[in-house]
Amino acid sequence: MPATFAEKVLAEKSKNDTVVPGQIVTVKPDHLLMHDNAAPITAKITKELDEYGVVNPELPIIVLDHVIPAASEKTAINHQKIREFVNKFQIKNFFDIGCGICHQVVVEKGLGLPGKIILGSDSHTCSYGAVGCFSTGIDRTEAAALLLTGETWLKVPQSIKMALKGKLNPPVSAKDLILHIIGDMRADGATYCSVEYHGAVDSLDVQERFTLANMGVEMGAKLSVFPVDDITKNYFNTIGVAQDSFEVFWADQDAKYMLEKEYDMSEVEPVVAFPHTVDNVKNIYEAKGIPVNQCLVGTCTNGRLSDLEAAAKLLKGKKVHPNTRLLVLPASKSIYEEAIEKGTIKTLVEAGAVILPPGCGPCLGAHQGALAPGEKCISTANRNFKGRMGCKDAEIYLASPATVAASALTGTISDPREVA
Amino acid sequence: MKVWKYGDSINTDMLFPGKYCYTCSTIDEIKPHLLEDLDVNFAKEVQEGDIIFAGRNFGCGSSREQPVLGLKAFGIKAVVAESFARIFYRAAINQGLVLIESPEAVKAYTGSEEVSLDLEKGELIVGDKKFTFPPLPPEIKAIAEAGGLLEYTKKKLKKQ
Repeated sequence: MPATFAEKVLAEKSKNDTVVPGQIVTVKPDHLLMHDNAAPITAKITKELDEYGVVNPELPIIVLDHVIPAASEKTAINHQKIREFVNKFQIKNFFDIGCGICHQVVVEKGLGLPGKIILGSDSHTCSYGAVGCFSTGIDRTEAAALLLTGETWLKVPQSIKMALKGKLNPPVSAKDLILHIIGDMRADGATYCSVEYHGAVDSLDVQERFTLANMGVEMGAKLSVFPVDDITKNYFNTIGVAQDSFEVFWADQDAKYMLEKEYDMSEVEPVVAFPHTVDNVKNIYEAKGIPVNQCLVGTCTNGRLSDLEAAAKLLKGKKVHPNTRLLVLPASKSIYEEAIEKGTIKTLVEAGAVILPPGCGPCLGAHQGALAPGEKCISTANRNFKGRMGCKDAEIYLASPATVAASALTGTISDPREVA
Repeated sequence: MKVWKYGDSINTDMLFPGKYCYTCSTIDEIKPHLLEDLDVNFAKEVQEGDIIFAGRNFGCGSSREQPVLGLKAFGIKAVVAESFARIFYRAAINQGLVLIESPEAVKAYTGSEEVSLDLEKGELIVGDKKFTFPPLPPEIKAIAEAGGLLEYTKKKLKKQ
């Protein structure tokens, strides 16, 4: 029977010959991702952990990234409890503050691999679909139960086929493409579904695929996944992952889809998601001239080297407009190092950017770069919900790194094609 | 019993602002901030047995279970919505919070109808209209019957 990516992985992992959408199967995920929330997760099962232990010390991946370095005594205690848990149960995959944002770290460290199932107590766990991994978000309670049992149920999702054609015209980027897609699909257009990217994916590198997969959840998707091709394999070579350490799954030609869409990348223009929903997407022309108090380049959506370079290209030899401020967060330590080596960080700092530690930073409003009432921020993050950056009376606009950099130069939302 | 009615895309930041995620951990710390940026009266006035009606994509956004814990602790009998976001749906199952996906029932409630809910019978009555909802699949019913996923897991471990 022809099958989709999700059906193939779930059939294999649940030891069924075939599975159908709607069927509930039991699986043992390869990894469980947690971040700063590992403290409240493990606190739910303190007694049981003492009695039964962690089912498998290789299962958890813990990355401290949400509030780093600790912003207060309370968040410091949170980190302290996690380090104690890690030591007590000999958790192998632990990444302390400064390593990077969990989703970037999982892929960079070769943990997010094709055909693996990774469940994470963070909604952007779907990012690893960029490299053909079956990954999705769960809640804290389920993460706690997984630490004890190592298994859970999953419903086999319906699938949506996104056929891409053409090529993006720089400075139009993968961020513009995914915002364009979400604007069309709407915030619930892919709810419960597995979104597969087909067609001209070979014009997108792993960094760009990451941006697309990362935002799958913003249209409600359970999975957001790319085929494993030479681009993926070359990426694995550069990070030292052996080709025989994973199994590749992909949909059959005649697999059944709930919905098939086609997007011509050559027609995509710079876009901006207006407050307060990610699907409130408009062409850059409608946003031009809106004054912004803060500009942010970074996060798990757009904190990779090519994103920092896209911003630096526009900012080189120029200054951030005095009416605004620019914050930059590399998504990981290794990206940070590379950006230092290539002079990207120097260019950004000279232009007036404030570089924040590799972490989630201002994205969720928990610390650093929070907004004041009446302020507007243009950001490369993935959410612009009311109150998201710490203040319900502030506005967040989402855009590509080039658009954010162009806006930092003028102090108003600007088209990167005109500023360049 | 009061019905609280909200619109489409009630996201996790509206239900529980992200800025409290790493400073409020106990249920008593969570409750006062529930729906803070959506409806300041909710946490002050909500009573046990109240029902929430909402539009499409309720609970979209983060993997944030504080809203589910808070609604459950306040004794919300059910959230009736046109549709729910996936992680929120799963979190509700894991806490035993009742979610009813029924666009028809949401449309039938205009603000003044009498509402009653019989979970045993799987019946929701809005004014003079009756809506039925299907029973949970057995795998999920077992979690609900145990009183949530943690209780379910603890019982399962004890048996082994």
